[in-house]
Amino acid sequence: MKKTALIILLTALAVAALLSPFAASSPDGLERVAQDQGFLDKGDRQALDSPITDYLFPGIQNEKAATAAAGVLGTMLTFGAVYILGRVITSRKVESETKLQSTSK
Amino acid sequence: MHIPDGFLDAKTWITTAAVGAGALSYSLKKVQETYNERMIPVMGVLAAFIFAAQMVNFPIAGGTSGHLLGATLVTVLLGPWCSGLIISTVLIIQCFFFNDGGLTALGANTLNMAFIGSLTAFVIYKTASSIGQSKNFEKAAIFLSAWASVVVVALAAALELAFSGIVPLNVAIASMLGLHALIGIGEGLITVVVISYVRGVGFSQSWQQKKTGEDEM
Repeated sequence: MKKTALIILLTALAVAALLSPFAASSPDGLERVAQDQGFLDKGDRQALDSPITDYLFPGIQNEKAATAAAGVLGTMLTFGAVYILGRVITSRKVESETKLQSTSK
Repeated sequence: MHIPDGFLDAKTWITTAAVGAGALSYSLKKVQETYNERMIPVMGVLAAFIFAAQMVNFPIAGGTSGHLLGATLVTVLLGPWCSGLIISTVLIIQCFFFNDGGLTALGANTLNMAFIGSLTAFVIYKTASSIGQSKNFEKAAIFLSAWASVVVVALAAALELAFSGIVPLNVAIASMLGLHALIGIGEGLITVVVISYVRGVGFSQSWQQKKTGEDEM
């Protein structure tokens, strides 16, 4: 299973590094509707200042390289977040099971 | 279909945030009950894959693009609540680190893409699986589930936009559904291919050792 997980992770990184720089840049479905219906500008002001906007890693001149770097970073960040979350919730499960066993004795 | 800040009015974003948060906490409980720690690496790498794949917009007709949602992909492999949790995590990271989807719309985006998407996929996939079991039939079922998940999520987003008073209801529904019926075809094709690939590299459904005898729901 570990090997399978590793292959999927490498595939994800390959998609982020090699395919994402060549993604279509046209507006997505919702942006298109917003554009056609004239309310796209209402989304101009964002509540948050994110460290990376438009999936371009700051400080990298080449746009394709900047996209690839942002993609790889985000892919690893997502893996890390779900992995840690999974660890936390399953360890809580073990605790609650132990508690259950000790109270049933 | 990440809704940015400014599209939803307060009553809509607060309501969807409350429902989205409720769904998220229920999914945490479900995943905690259902999965053992052996599944964690696979959950992590599938989440990573969804993040990467969501960056790859593919062109559809008329100068518009779409990208994978992934709710059907993860639902077929890991069940709807695990999928909801994984897609939510992707959306939260996109919002906080990449400015993709607004903070005030995070609840709506989570509710739509993570939960409505996964549950739509689950209902259609399960219904289809009870009708036929052949390999090709399953592929067709996955394609249909993926297509429908995108269309139903688009409908949810259209309703939220209309309730916010930013666009008339009939216009919102017609334009969102029209474009996403096309984007859904891409979703269907990618989902079928990626599920075959993931199974081909050794993913097995039997890893999901259920703690209880109940179904994924």
